[in-house]
Amino acid sequence: MWKHWQAVSGGIVNKKIKPALKPNRILRLHRIFRHGDRPWQGLIMVVSIFIIVLMAAIGWMLWRESSGARFTFGWNFLAPTTNASWDPVNDHFQAWPFIYGTLLTSLFAIIIALPISLGIAIFLVELCPAWLRTPLTWMVELLAAIPSVVYGLWGIFIFLPVVVTPIGSFLAETLGNFPVIGALFAGPMSASGASRLAASLILAIMIIPTIAAVTRDVFLAIPNSQREASLALGSTRWETIWKVLIPYGLSGILGAVILGLGRALGETMAVTMVIGNSIEGSLSLLRPGYSMASVIANEFAEAVSKLHNQALVEVGLALFVMTLLLNILARFLVWRVASRTPQEVRA
Amino acid sequence: MEIQTMVKPTTVENTAIKVQVKGLSVYYGKFRALTGIDLTVHDRKITAIIGPSGCGKSTLLRSFNRMNDLTPGCRMEGEVILEGENLLAPAVDVVDIRRRVGMVFQRPNPFPKSIYENVAYGPRLYGIRRKSDLDEIVASSLKSAALWDEVKDKLHQSGLSLSGGQQQRLCIARALAVEPEVILMDEPASALDPISTLKIEELMQDLKKDYTIVIVTHNMQQAARVSDFTAMMMIDEQRAGRLIEYDATHIIFTRPKDKRTEDYVTGRFG
Repeated sequence: MWKHWQAVSGGIVNKKIKPALKPNRILRLHRIFRHGDRPWQGLIMVVSIFIIVLMAAIGWMLWRESSGARFTFGWNFLAPTTNASWDPVNDHFQAWPFIYGTLLTSLFAIIIALPISLGIAIFLVELCPAWLRTPLTWMVELLAAIPSVVYGLWGIFIFLPVVVTPIGSFLAETLGNFPVIGALFAGPMSASGASRLAASLILAIMIIPTIAAVTRDVFLAIPNSQREASLALGSTRWETIWKVLIPYGLSGILGAVILGLGRALGETMAVTMVIGNSIEGSLSLLRPGYSMASVIANEFAEAVSKLHNQALVEVGLALFVMTLLLNILARFLVWRVASRTPQEVRA
Repeated sequence: MEIQTMVKPTTVENTAIKVQVKGLSVYYGKFRALTGIDLTVHDRKITAIIGPSGCGKSTLLRSFNRMNDLTPGCRMEGEVILEGENLLAPAVDVVDIRRRVGMVFQRPNPFPKSIYENVAYGPRLYGIRRKSDLDEIVASSLKSAALWDEVKDKLHQSGLSLSGGQQQRLCIARALAVEPEVILMDEPASALDPISTLKIEELMQDLKKDYTIVIVTHNMQQAARVSDFTAMMMIDEQRAGRLIEYDATHIIFTRPKDKRTEDYVTGRFG
């Protein structure tokens, strides 16, 4: 063993004794297990390929299982319409109310969550006193760990009656009377609070940790030299944040937003519990609605007819494609910001 | 009989004072990084600060525009007087100081914006909005930084598309755009190739007609070439930086009074 260590350490263990240059079997085994290049490389490749295969398999399964619905309804299934029918009895299905519900609640959630997350990230990186930074970061990340069904329960019993209903009634009275955007805020606010607005607010709370954490990383990745350059020209911290740091990290922040959006689009449980699960024709945020993920979760177990099943799978396919495209976009933006950083010094 | 030279050599005595440092000590937490620095920076001259690594050259330089404030736990004692105003006084507006005392950093750090926007950044902060005014400032700053001819046809390309030396001159132009009185340079050429270094040094000679320059450098040939005055720093037994000798550059490099300075500038040390 002693000789072995001398060999491995290149004689550092005892410099007076020359290391054995002849590689022995133990040493060779040791090297294979220590570095393990070949086996690891193979293993990692198999795992990576498995992920690609898995993605393709999911896509193919959704495509194949929805063939009947795609054939029967064509693009009409996805097309916007004011009086959509989702009628399992007569086997007639149109998915627009779900698509609209998902898109509207997710977008509205982003509009609310972005400024708050940006504020959190800026505070954590630029302004927070050192002793508060770690606990606060930890708390924000903890917010992401709460199961969505818990958000849903909390939403039903506390958030809806205490926060959403008053806000909704207020919005109906104020913004509801405006021309154009009035349609989005048309009352009356649903009495229980279950509405697209409730879903949006719950989603906003759920995606704040995601957006804040990624945005924080974006700010951390901005070289200090950028801050110094701005401050040394006599700008305030506020000016430095708005005119240098946010423009510098813009694509990264955009990536964070799209990751949050992806999460919002696919969120099922919390949304199902507070959105009201109704396909009434209103466009209003303040009325109950439905989302793509919710309708699948609610109806899949009880779908009797083949076409109903296939229609639900097609909703799933649409959701899959939507989130996939968004994530590709997010990756691209994050990659762009990452590739720009080292270019800063090209001496 | 000796012949008196007609031109007086630059000496500490016969030049106007721009910045006076009196009894400056800088602490990082409990650690004292600089102790009892007394130094005069002369108007429209280049003052070089030399010394071995870790002796507090950059810390001293960053006291002139209060960049040390950004380091958590950093505390400064003593006085840094710019034109009769103590920059370390609590009531002083730090933002205004940093406009009057510009800074160029070790590594070129242009913003990832266009060349034009890089230079216009400072003036915009001070409320200059009119395009014709900004155009004029951008052009004159780039001319002063000896970069105009190279970039005048591509002002709207990214500042990052320039070479390292051009980027550093862009940073100098950016600093000049807010019309500072003093320009601090923290090893401005250490990340550059020899040709770019030479250009920066020539530029400094032009700039000193209008600006007071303080430069930190590791490179003693550079200090000897460009500066009028040289401050030699070294750490003492408590590892705090001290100013051990300060004089006209030709004296520091030819007949220093301190043995340590002599050892350092002749390369027997450090």
